[in-house]
Amino acid sequence: MTTPAISVRGLIKRFGDVEVLHGIDLDIPQGQVSCLIGPSGSGKSTLLRCMAFLEEATDGLIFINGEPLGYAPGPQGKPVRLPAARIRAVRSQIGMVFQQFNLWPHMTALGNVSEALKTVHGVRKSEAEERAMVQLKKVGLAERAGHYPSQLSGGQQQRVAIARALALEPKIMLFDEPTSSLDPELTGEVLNVMRALAADGMTMVVVSHEIGFAAAVCQQIAFLDNGKLLMTGTPQEIFGKPRHPRLDQFLDTYLDRGAAMLV
Amino acid sequence: MNFDTNLIVSMMPELARAFGVTLLTWLVGVIGAAILGFLVAVARRYGSPWLAYPLRLCVEVIRGTPFLIQLFLLYYGGPFIGLSLDPIPAGLLGLAVYGAAYFSEIFRAGFEAVPPGHVEAAECVGLNRRQIIQRILIPEMTMLVLPASVNMAIVLLKETAVLSIITVPELTLVISAIGSQQYAFVESLFLLALFYWGLVELSGRLGRHMEARLSKYRFVTA
Repeated sequence: MTTPAISVRGLIKRFGDVEVLHGIDLDIPQGQVSCLIGPSGSGKSTLLRCMAFLEEATDGLIFINGEPLGYAPGPQGKPVRLPAARIRAVRSQIGMVFQQFNLWPHMTALGNVSEALKTVHGVRKSEAEERAMVQLKKVGLAERAGHYPSQLSGGQQQRVAIARALALEPKIMLFDEPTSSLDPELTGEVLNVMRALAADGMTMVVVSHEIGFAAAVCQQIAFLDNGKLLMTGTPQEIFGKPRHPRLDQFLDTYLDRGAAMLV
Repeated sequence: MNFDTNLIVSMMPELARAFGVTLLTWLVGVIGAAILGFLVAVARRYGSPWLAYPLRLCVEVIRGTPFLIQLFLLYYGGPFIGLSLDPIPAGLLGLAVYGAAYFSEIFRAGFEAVPPGHVEAAECVGLNRRQIIQRILIPEMTMLVLPASVNMAIVLLKETAVLSIITVPELTLVISAIGSQQYAFVESLFLLALFYWGLVELSGRLGRHMEARLSKYRFVTA
């Protein structure tokens, strides 16, 4: 059996006195698309942010391709923090896409995509821009390379943000509600880019409210509720009957809104 | 009384020198204040609480007392603690420290106004803290703090007039001296006001020009 792309073991996350993740165990298989779904406040975004090391777990461990992320198992079972260089090396295998795009407004699309190549990896400007152009082409925005984020639509900004993450050739891509701040019309172009990535065999973890996308593109779906992982499985297992009553209740809210594109 | 233009012409060489002193103390003072203020803002944000707390106290004290009194204390009280400065260095130091307290608050607000997600995105692609400050925070903050900084520079320009009380030979000192020697208060003070207003107007225009040039980098509210 191959090593999972991401292994989450006994993950607990507290913000102050509030525990938002109560011991999560989850494996993300290589080369597949996994979706995290669940109601607001279920902890799915926090779980994803822990995988990107944007949040540090209160307890528990995360392994990226078998290597511990941030904390390694300690002698008394208490996780110990790894040196910064080790953390950066493991994090470099991960690309992250945010709900709010988070493009840097003082750089062009090309600047955003080539920035880390130049600043972090010391790639020469001309070569970095060449490599950035390849990624911009992949998301269909080569002709917008010279535009600033303020001159791009939301969907275009999110595609630039995807290109920015891809430029570093990550092994895993994490998406935190990538289409939630887009008009329905612009959602499609971002989902298409994600579908193409999935078809290329990229390992992806997607937090999404797009249940239709989850059902159509994901090989694995994890349903979180109230900080607990209620069930994981293929779309057929998750959406087929019989369903977990809590999941039924959650899906009903989508059916009510007429988004019954699934199963 | 008559408005004596000949008097103004005869004062020109002396005025030019005083104008130079005002301009120089202002520019050096503003640059010093901005640099010092930036360092204070960075230290308060990233430094240990042992550093942040005293810095905050300093900022509060400086913002809470009149510049005139600070300058008096620095120039006339300084020698008691072994700090004897000539008028111009004392004036520059006073102006830089006074301005730094305000600039540090402007920069602090600027740091806080940069969306945390922009920093997270930079972390995710591997930028370290120094690179994030240099490549992301400073450029983004510059756009945000530009109007407030231009305003602060204008305030500091007018505060250079206070340096006259510690005998810095700048415009206010020189012109009011001429005024009292020649009994020509109206001419001299009118001219003085014009000098300051001209400079303020100029810097305001410069600031607006820079804002316009930076407008394409403006924030996108997603």
